[in-house]
Amino acid sequence: MIALLIRDLRLAIRTGGGFGLGLAFFLIIAVLVPFGVGPDSAVLGRIAPGILWVGALLSCLLSLDRIFALDFEDGSLDLLATAPIPLEGLVGVKAFSHWLTTGLPLTLAAPVLGLLLSLPEPAYLWLILSLLIGTPALSFIGAFGASLTVGLKRGGLLLSLLVLPLYVPTLIFGAETIRRGAEGLGTATPLTMLGAITLGTLAVLPFASAAAIRINLR
Amino acid sequence: MSFWEYANPKRFMALSSAALPWFTALTALVLSVGLIWGFFFTPDDFRQGSTVKIIYIHVPSAFIAINAWLMMLVTSLVWLVRRHHVSALAARAAAPIGLAMTCIGLITGAVWGQPMWGTWWEWDPRLTSFLILGLFYLGYIALWEAIDDADTAADLTSVLCIVGSVFAVLSRYAILFWNQGLHQGASLSLDKEENVHDVFAYPLWTCIIGFVLLFITLVLLRTRTEIRARRVKALIARERMA
Amino acid sequence: MMPDLGKYAVSVLSAYGATLAIVALLIWISLRRGRKVQDELRSLEGRRDDA
Repeated sequence: MIALLIRDLRLAIRTGGGFGLGLAFFLIIAVLVPFGVGPDSAVLGRIAPGILWVGALLSCLLSLDRIFALDFEDGSLDLLATAPIPLEGLVGVKAFSHWLTTGLPLTLAAPVLGLLLSLPEPAYLWLILSLLIGTPALSFIGAFGASLTVGLKRGGLLLSLLVLPLYVPTLIFGAETIRRGAEGLGTATPLTMLGAITLGTLAVLPFASAAAIRINLR
Repeated sequence: MSFWEYANPKRFMALSSAALPWFTALTALVLSVGLIWGFFFTPDDFRQGSTVKIIYIHVPSAFIAINAWLMMLVTSLVWLVRRHHVSALAARAAAPIGLAMTCIGLITGAVWGQPMWGTWWEWDPRLTSFLILGLFYLGYIALWEAIDDADTAADLTSVLCIVGSVFAVLSRYAILFWNQGLHQGASLSLDKEENVHDVFAYPLWTCIIGFVLLFITLVLLRTRTEIRARRVKALIARERMA
Repeated sequence: MMPDLGKYAVSVLSAYGATLAIVALLIWISLRRGRKVQDELRSLEGRRDDA
């Protein structure tokens, strides 16, 4: 499994794609928003938590269809499905490597973009924390969506349509954590809920995704 | 003879072709009685004026919108466990009806909210949840349309329906946490003081039954179409082979 | 015969109108597709009998 993880990471870095593209997209969103709503830092500071979370979510979406598509096209997904490790584990590894190449860099880049959006001082800690806890859920839900659409020619758009409604709870609790943090309110409730969603998706969705991949490979 | 006999497409076709005219007639009767009763023969509410008449379409459509998804969840489970094709096709047939009912619920809600709350749209928990429900319907229908192989499509949409149900419930509570709203609570629960008055309740129940009958009729009709479409596909495939 | 809807007449009527329109559209689509598929099936089965 570790070998698989290393292989996936190496592929992701070598083919470029995932890494840079997602980050660049995140940056562009953060730059475009002030042009749209005006340079007033009070307004920007108020909407910054939401913008950062929506931006992270959309950037995550960009690279989702690559989780399984390349392996499906060259047939290595069939090989991996018959390999001795369970398919559920494979899905978990793939989603984890997706998180390492998108969720983690996004989390690290977010404070800088928070600066651009004049996010209030006390919110930075919660920004990093909520993204760190929340983005794995984005990757695992995304892997589920990707496994549903893996056999389709133009699955990308459909994938977004399927995955976005599933992202709603994560987005709500994630952005709510930062908003409360910025206003100095208690953040324990949304943060624990966010953690619960992440752990729940980690535990359950690989099974659903593996089932979907088996159906698709049939 | 058990209930599962009707999972045989041929038996289903025979039964549904016998039942369909009855259901159509009953739907037309109950729905027109309910709507005419509600529209012409109920008093105005002392606070809401005549807008209270919107309740006779707003509540039933919302009721169907939610229960159509529940029915899809049950039929999806039946398909995954027992592999009855009729079950999967019934789920497919129900989805567009659910979407239409969601749209009706949202539109009538907006039209009602405008004079009452002074706004067409408010990010209120119930409204927001319904919007999300609509998105789930859209995704479900789109997935059915996108996949060519019928059994694969049935399997994948069933998986999506089950996972989607969990997330729909989760979204509901997330949204409640995110914003408390304007919308009133349950209007027909049996143990509450703030229920709607009897004068409104009887025609409302009639309308709900009418909408349920409409839903059943349409599902039967559309499932028959789906079964036929499946057969057309099979015949074409066989002809190509020969 | 028409009940007096007062100042909310537009709201009530448009809500009913929109609902009827959507339901009618739904029924029409269902019926049209049903008829189309049925015709197709008939012609296919007819052809098979000839062969």
